[in-house]
Amino acid sequence: MKSMEPKHLALFGLVIALYLGTGFLQSWNTMLSIFNMGLISCIMALGVNMQWGYAGLFNVGVMGFVALGGLAGVLVAMDPVEGAWGTDGALRILLALILGAATILGAILVWSKLPKGKLRGLAVTTILVAGFFIFRAVFDGGVAVVEAIDPALTGNIGGLGLPVILAWPVGGLFAAGAAWIIGKTALGLRSDYLAIATLGIAEIIISVMKNEDWLARGVKNVTGVPRPVPYEVDLQQAEWFLSLATRIGADPVTFSSIFVKLSYASLFIVVLLALIWLTEKALNSPWGRMMRAIRDNEVSASAMGKNVKARHLQIFILGSAVCGLAGAMMTTLDGQLVPGTYQPLRFTFLIWVMVIVGGSGNNWGAVLGGFLIYWLWIQVEPLGLMLMQGITAGMSEGNALREHLIDSAAYMRLMTMGLILLLVLRFSPRGLIPER
Amino acid sequence: MDILNALVALLNFVIIPATAYGAQLALGALGVTLIYGILRFSNFAHGDTMAFGAMATILVTWWLQGMGVSLGPLPTALLALPIGILATGLLVIGTDKLVYKFYRQQKAKPVIFVIASLGVMFVMNGIVRFIIGVDDQRFADGERFIISARNFREMTGLDEGLAFRTSQGLTIVIAVIAVALLFWFLNKTRTGKSMRAFSDNEDLALLSGINPERVVLVTWLIVAALATTAGVLYGLDKSFKPFTYFQLLLPIFAAAIVGGLGNPLGAILGGFLIAYSEITITYAFRKVVGYLGPEDWSPDGLLQLLSTDYKFAVSFGILLIVLLFKPTGIMKGKSV
Repeated sequence: MKSMEPKHLALFGLVIALYLGTGFLQSWNTMLSIFNMGLISCIMALGVNMQWGYAGLFNVGVMGFVALGGLAGVLVAMDPVEGAWGTDGALRILLALILGAATILGAILVWSKLPKGKLRGLAVTTILVAGFFIFRAVFDGGVAVVEAIDPALTGNIGGLGLPVILAWPVGGLFAAGAAWIIGKTALGLRSDYLAIATLGIAEIIISVMKNEDWLARGVKNVTGVPRPVPYEVDLQQAEWFLSLATRIGADPVTFSSIFVKLSYASLFIVVLLALIWLTEKALNSPWGRMMRAIRDNEVSASAMGKNVKARHLQIFILGSAVCGLAGAMMTTLDGQLVPGTYQPLRFTFLIWVMVIVGGSGNNWGAVLGGFLIYWLWIQVEPLGLMLMQGITAGMSEGNALREHLIDSAAYMRLMTMGLILLLVLRFSPRGLIPER
Repeated sequence: MDILNALVALLNFVIIPATAYGAQLALGALGVTLIYGILRFSNFAHGDTMAFGAMATILVTWWLQGMGVSLGPLPTALLALPIGILATGLLVIGTDKLVYKFYRQQKAKPVIFVIASLGVMFVMNGIVRFIIGVDDQRFADGERFIISARNFREMTGLDEGLAFRTSQGLTIVIAVIAVALLFWFLNKTRTGKSMRAFSDNEDLALLSGINPERVVLVTWLIVAALATTAGVLYGLDKSFKPFTYFQLLLPIFAAAIVGGLGNPLGAILGGFLIAYSEITITYAFRKVVGYLGPEDWSPDGLLQLLSTDYKFAVSFGILLIVLLFKPTGIMKGKSV
């Protein structure tokens, strides 16, 4: 922070003013909701900034990594479902997944060991086809058993019943695993190809989460993910809390909700500060300088003996893991996993707007962009509605155009985000806080 | 054994839908590949350009329908299509002047263009949703079927019906016309030849006195025409919903890359390859195999390799295989 210019501090001041203004003019509850999601957005932006800002990797599959992190929240924190973990249920599914992985590994092994020719192609195809049918035979039976268990309430394998905080690093690991697979195949190809590959994998992760009911109930959603902080209703009954509320003269119900949000915020702030510290250390270390050298000129970096491909894979995994961590935190904050809400515009491209606007290559920029853009994303909707009401004030009640304009105000936010991205890219391509 | 019925079922559920879908994908992929060849970036706003074109056409269609104009058995949307193309052409040329031209003059890296196209995608997405909303819109009218399942059964006396929808027939016919026009233009006209020259070697093209801005302008116009046509045909065949068009981006890109980015012939091949694989792999073959087996027998399972929800996984899988083994695509494309 010490090396920051006054102009940049002023920008942070502006963002703080925006949040405080929301608190004073709207409500502190609203402000804290935006702030909490803002913190999570900052973490996602930090992850993308590592990939794009440090290394120039163009990842448009952020949504997939975030969703995998969210899945970790369910798989770690929910209680195991009674009866699902028998040998004909979850264990059978597990066996099927292991068989599936073994098939792919076997195919890769055969491919690399056998000499080039018709035999190799035939062998690999046979392994893959046979493996697929064996996988389906084992898998389908297990799924049928698990999904039959009380489908209205569960019908999935549940989780491990561990504290939800543990899900955060696990979410990071899930995302890192997926990133390893994608990185192994798509890194080293052209930047556009990585973009398409990540875009695709993100869609596939979401469709798996929507359709595999045994995993996390699919579109039936998982609700009631345990919290790391107390529940409002419990607070409202607790002696110490009520006396605290009377001491500061607040309404216990409102105060309990604010208290819970503040507890979340403090947990998230700890994570964010730790990440900023780590990323700043990394960026200013020899490793960070090497990354930027690779980004700026791959050929010369490789001539200096740097292993470009391995470094790219490394930072791609790290950045994706940070996104997964943020995803797990988001599930924790929401207390539920709703696969249908994962939209690429919201969870991939909005994060990109944050990074570009904040300043790619600068961690503080990513943080500023995260807070600023998320605030705008939420507030453009009421502002757009006000604007539309202003424009249509002269029209008569029930006028079709007026109704249409007011109904459509919600889509103003997409246009606004696009315009902000285009304007920043054109007139301030290095972002609000440029790389040093 | 009942080969005829099996064949009809296969035609009805796999071959006809896949051909129509393939034609739509091919038109979309041609747009992506042309932009890649001439402007040298992957246009992420292409799905939304298609949505905009379809939306403009739908609005004109509704207006025409309101005026009582119709094409008889053909959908009114065909009359509206030229106006939709015009509107989309104006939009993309405006976008080029406001956004991409600047980066062209700066000689910015391709990835900057891609990021700019993300911004354009947001804006177009917003415009479409702002004007027409996010809901499904149906705008098909006229005769619904060329051959309906019942007529086919009566005509042939087979158990299995064969439905051939007007939208499917139109898609195939229009796609063939559009592709023929495009190739005639690229190979026979002076402007088309200059476009190909520009795509092959920019410096050499500039030296020979080709005006780059004119090439770019013509490219955008062609892309607008292709995207609008693809969008309208897809909307007629299925239905118009802005979000589906955004999702089409993946199979379209897959088609363009599989065929070889920058290669128009490859884009068409890629479109059909993706469409056929997507539908074959997600179709439940129970009925077809049932006809082929002994009488009164039908297989136990659905015989479906993957659930239809995973159709994106199919295009992605093909894309991955091509990227791993032949990164320039089946027909040699560009590699920057």
